This record gives sequence, structure tokens and C-alpha cells, in this order.
Amino acid sequence: MNRLAKLGFVATMLAAACSAVWADINVGVVVSTTGPAASLGIPEKNTVALLPTTIGGQKVNYIILDDASDTTAAVANTRKLISESKADVIIGSSTTPNSLAMIDVVAENKTPMVTLGASARIISPMDAKKAWVFKTPQNDAMMAEAIAESMAKSGVKTAAYIGFNDAYGEGWQQEFKKAAEARGIKIVATEAFSRTDTSVTGQALKIMAAKPDAVLVGGSGTPAALPEKTLKERGYKGKYYQTHGVANADFLRVGGKDVEGTLLPAGPVLVAHQLPDSHPVKKSAVAYVESYEAKYGKGSAATFGAHLWDAAQVLGAAVPEALKKAQPGTEAFRTALRDAMENVKGIAGAHGVFSMSPTDHLGIQHGVVMVKIENGTWKYTP
Amino acid sequence: MDLQIALLLGQDGIVNGAIYGLMAVALVLVFSVTRVIFIPQGEFVAFGALTMAMMQTGKVPTTLWLLLVVALMSLAADVWRTWRGETVNWGATCLWSVVVPVAAAVLALLVQPSALMLQALTTLCIVTPLGPLMYRLVYRPIADASVLLLLIVSVAMHGVMVGLGLLFFGAEGSRTPAFSEAQFQLGDLSISGQSLVVVGVALLLVLLLYAFFEGSMVGKALRATAINRVGARLVGVPTALAGDVSFALAALIGAVSGLLIAPLTTIYYDTGFLIGLKGFVAAIVAGLASYPLALAGALLVGLLEAFSSFWASAYKEVLVFTLIIPVLWWRSRSSHHVEEDES
Repeated sequence: MNRLAKLGFVATMLAAACSAVWADINVGVVVSTTGPAASLGIPEKNTVALLPTTIGGQKVNYIILDDASDTTAAVANTRKLISESKADVIIGSSTTPNSLAMIDVVAENKTPMVTLGASARIISPMDAKKAWVFKTPQNDAMMAEAIAESMAKSGVKTAAYIGFNDAYGEGWQQEFKKAAEARGIKIVATEAFSRTDTSVTGQALKIMAAKPDAVLVGGSGTPAALPEKTLKERGYKGKYYQTHGVANADFLRVGGKDVEGTLLPAGPVLVAHQLPDSHPVKKSAVAYVESYEAKYGKGSAATFGAHLWDAAQVLGAAVPEALKKAQPGTEAFRTALRDAMENVKGIAGAHGVFSMSPTDHLGIQHGVVMVKIENGTWKYTP
Repeated sequence: MDLQIALLLGQDGIVNGAIYGLMAVALVLVFSVTRVIFIPQGEFVAFGALTMAMMQTGKVPTTLWLLLVVALMSLAADVWRTWRGETVNWGATCLWSVVVPVAAAVLALLVQPSALMLQALTTLCIVTPLGPLMYRLVYRPIADASVLLLLIVSVAMHGVMVGLGLLFFGAEGSRTPAFSEAQFQLGDLSISGQSLVVVGVALLLVLLLYAFFEGSMVGKALRATAINRVGARLVGVPTALAGDVSFALAALIGAVSGLLIAPLTTIYYDTGFLIGLKGFVAAIVAGLASYPLALAGALLVGLLEAFSSFWASAYKEVLVFTLIIPVLWWRSRSSHHVEEDES
């Protein structure tokens, strides 16, 4: 091949690549696959491989960038995806702080975004900027409500709270306080511990001295097992509650027999196969779990990845509507996509049924179930 | 607070204090012999605990591969040094780069122990040589540098080891079964067998170290090096060997602490740092010089931590680490500053 032919070949390839980029729908994904939020970001990234490659007859390109659980990197990645990769929509990021920081960028560039962060603050109160932002994970308040309701139902009058010494623990403390007091449950002790603590004996003794009917542990992952183990060791006989942050297999491994009987709220996807057939989310939740486990092995599906799956479900319903109005890669398409997402109704995902509205960019129904730990597995409790 | 709660907190403080005490002793030992402020000390705790936990899930501990790689690197470094005409103590090289790693590999790969004690032994065989090998590869070439430079290298080593820990063990933690399931009732107070094991082993280890320093030739050589490096070299103490031994002891103490604490709490790849840091506070109380004072400081840190977690759990770490300020203030008033004399 002479030099000219080589040049021609390269030029053709470049032209082909460029035209492909311009004609397709580009979905920019920003998730935290490294850093402290890696346990959220990794299943999210894995889920992208399960998503459809065409929507409404158009090819879809997914461009995944890692933000290392860092706010600055999340913003930089978002800018890069919008300006260089011509993203029509952004999915991400995994955590609340990162998602909050990305709002300015997507609003400025008029690009819709579906966040995977949990806090209600990302989408409310609604304003001109947040109009571009949608969300699939349940708000923490909904989870706290479910716990308070479960406590009230089983006759709990007084409760204690022990949570992480960080934003997660403090956020839960506020939400739980609100929800519990609305139902006449008195909070008699509030304690804090940190993820790296090797002993929580002091906090456990203080809680036991207050004699609450139930204890809520506001922690995530395996560190949340320590307070419960310590309380069990000291002979606390009340009810134990955890948050949905512990819904992974490692918590069961470390907790062992000490976390038996613990109740927690979770997305229906955690117990997809046990849901009654009448549950509106059963079919879509099972579909996610089966396609994930077919690719990554049995028992590997985590609730966090399902949030990204749900974002793709909403997108799958909205894109055909937007395609009727404009071509991908244009501002008109992005605006049309935003409008279409705001109007999706009754889309069943793995975590619930989504019906968005101009004032509610989450619009999740049937999004929380109570789950009990029994024989080292998650058990659906209606 | 009634008496029973105070007793329970006291018990918790003593058990944790025993672990911090071991950390403090190791830090004082390494600093006085090599002038290295050994920040990665806590990482040996996590490595020990998680290596043991990994063996119990039936896997070959990934730390073994680290050990073998580091041993080969150290061996290559010594061969290169010989080729350049430097004198190399081949006895020590063989011990740390060949004999112990091979023993660890045989235990972990061929024997694949299922008995608790044999697993503990394998863990010690894997983690202990990491100390001297780290000294040989990282600290020996800069043994005469300033304390500040050695400290900066220590901080870097801490970062490297935490990163390796995440790579080897993953982000989630592990526990191991207790060495003793017994429970003793003493009036109102119930004492778990494991907490007695922790305090007992810590005391035993301290007594053995005392006997080692007072009785054995190597121990005396270490003490001589600690008191005066130049003088020790003049009377024929191989100071590089002293570095090897002190790092081996530090790694051994770290691994034993890891084995002791793993049944009591969940250990993560980065838990060791905070444990080591609390040991460091205790060592600072002792001015990085006195073993008995370091132990007393560790007990103080453990008790302070237990009681502050009861009264003000959100400020527990703040209270523990604030302890260092009055101690430093008092120390700076009661001792006159000596310029570093070896540079």
C-alpha cells in the first residue's frame, strides 16, 4: 500500500467514524467505579453492557467515564462528554454530591441528565436548572417512611438511632426523626460511629441504657454490621432495622447469624423472584436480575446497578418520542428528549413504576418493599 | 453511668489498649533503632487479619504473591550489590528472601491449613518477612537520611500498602472466628475468652520482648544501636542487620495484633491506619523512647476512647487525637530540644 492509499484509507475511516457519531444517539455515562463509592459504581458500569444498542431504530453509543467518587472529576467528565462526545443525554453520577455538582453543566448546555444519586435535593425544589435533571433511585425519605411505618405497625413506641459519622448517617438521622415522630415514635438515643471504628461498645451501652423497643443502624455495606453485632453480644433483645445501604451479599457474609431477623427497606429488585405475581414491578425486576446474572454469574446482581437500568428504561420510552421531532446530536433533539422524559407514564423498571411530571422528576411508585434477613438471605415481607 | 457500665467500658478500653500498646511498642522499637517513624505499622495489622480471613474462605492468600515478588526483588538487589563490590550479609538475605518465603509458600499452597493455629502460623510466615524486605528495599538505601525524609518515605509506603490492600482484599471487610469462645462471669461482669486472649498474648509478647532485649546478644545489639548508632558500629554491631531485625519484629507484632483483633471487629483494607495512628499517639506520650510509658499511654488511649464513645460518640476521634496536644506541650517544656546529631 503506498502512502497515498494509506492516507485515503485513514480519511475514509475517519469520515465513517465521524458520520457514525453524528447520526447515532450518544449516551454519556458518568459513574464512580473507583474510590469510596466504587461498590455503587461497579455494578452500574456492568449494567451498561446489558442495555439495548438500538432505540427506536437508531443506534445508541454508550460512553462510560469514571469520576473516582470525586466531584471535580464528575464535572470535568460531564463537560467532556457534552463537548467532545456530543452526548445527547447524561446518566450519572453514582452519588449525591457528584450529581449536585453536575446540574450546572447540563443545564448550561441544555442536555438532559438522569442521576443515580439518592437525595431528593438533586431534583427538588424544581427550578429552571433542575428541569434538566431526572432521577431513578428512591428518595431517602421514602425509605425512612417505610421503616417508621413498619415500626409503628409492630407496636414500637421508642427507638434509638446509631449511624455513620458522615453525611449518610446525618441525612438518615434527620429523615428518620421526621418519619418516626409523625407516627408518635419517640427517639430516645442518637449515637454516631465511623466506618473504621473497631469498637462501638460505648455507643451500644448508651443505647441499651435508654431501653428502646427498636434500633435503626444508619450505615452502608459491611461496617453497618458492627453495631448490630455489638448490641447482640451485649444482649439487646429489641428489634433491629438497617437501611437499604446494606443490601449487598458482603453484609450477609460478615453479619452471619447476628443479623438474622433484621428488617430493612429496599427496592423490589432485591427480592425480585419472591414478589407476588400481582406486583407491578415483578416482571421488569426479574428481567434485570436474570440478564445481569446471565452475564456476571449467579447472585451477582446488586440493587445499585438496577438504578442505571431504570434510567435506561425511562430513556427507552422517551427517545422514540423525541426522534419524531428532531435528529440526535442537535439541541432541538435534547430539548425534545427532556420534554418526552417529563411525560413518560407507567414505565416499569427494576425498582418501581415511573410516571414523571413537570413537578416530579422521580415519580416512582411501588418503589419500596420491606425485607427481612432470614437464613442468610433476603426475604420479602409484605 | 453506673458501675456496671463503667466496668464494661473499662474492659473494652483495656482490650483495645492492649492492641494499641503493641502498636506503640513496635513504633518505639523501629524509631529508636532506625529513626524511621513507621506510619505503615497499622497496615501489617490489616494484612495479618485479612490474610487469615482469606485462608479461612479456602482461598490462597494473595499476600503470598506479594511476599514472593518482594523477596525476589530483594534478592536481586543483593546480587547487584555483591556485583558492585559491597559486602552483603548472605545469612540474613537467605533467611528473609528465601527460607521464610519458601516456608510460607509451602504452608499456604501445599499444606493449606484448616486448623486455626496452623493458619495463624502461616499468616505470620507470610506477613513477618514483609517487614525486613521492606526495610531492605526501601529504607536501607536511605538509612542515613534525615528523620523528615524517612518520615516522608513512610507516608508514601503507607499509601502503597493501602492501595495494595484494596487490590488484594477488596473494599468490603472480613472477620475471623475467635480463638476462644469461652465466657467468664465475674460478679456483674461477663468477660469473653477472646478478650483474655488479646490481653494475655499482648502481655506475653511484651515479656518476650523484654527478655529478648535484656538477655539475647541480638537484643543487646539492637539496644546499643538505639542508644548510639555510630558507637554501635564502632564496636562491631552491624547496624543494617539491626534494621532488619527491628522491622521483622514490627511486622510480627503487627500481624499478631491483626490476628488478635480480627475476631473482635470487622477489619477492612484501610482499618490498620487508624489503629496504627492510635498506637502512634501512645508512642508520642512516651516520647518515642520508653517502652513502659508507651504501654501506659496505650492504656490511656484505649480507656479514653471507650469512655468518650459512651459520652460523646460523634467526637470520639477528636478527643483521642486531641490528647497529643497537651502531651507535646508538656514534653516540649520538660525536655530541652536536641538538634539531630547524625546527618
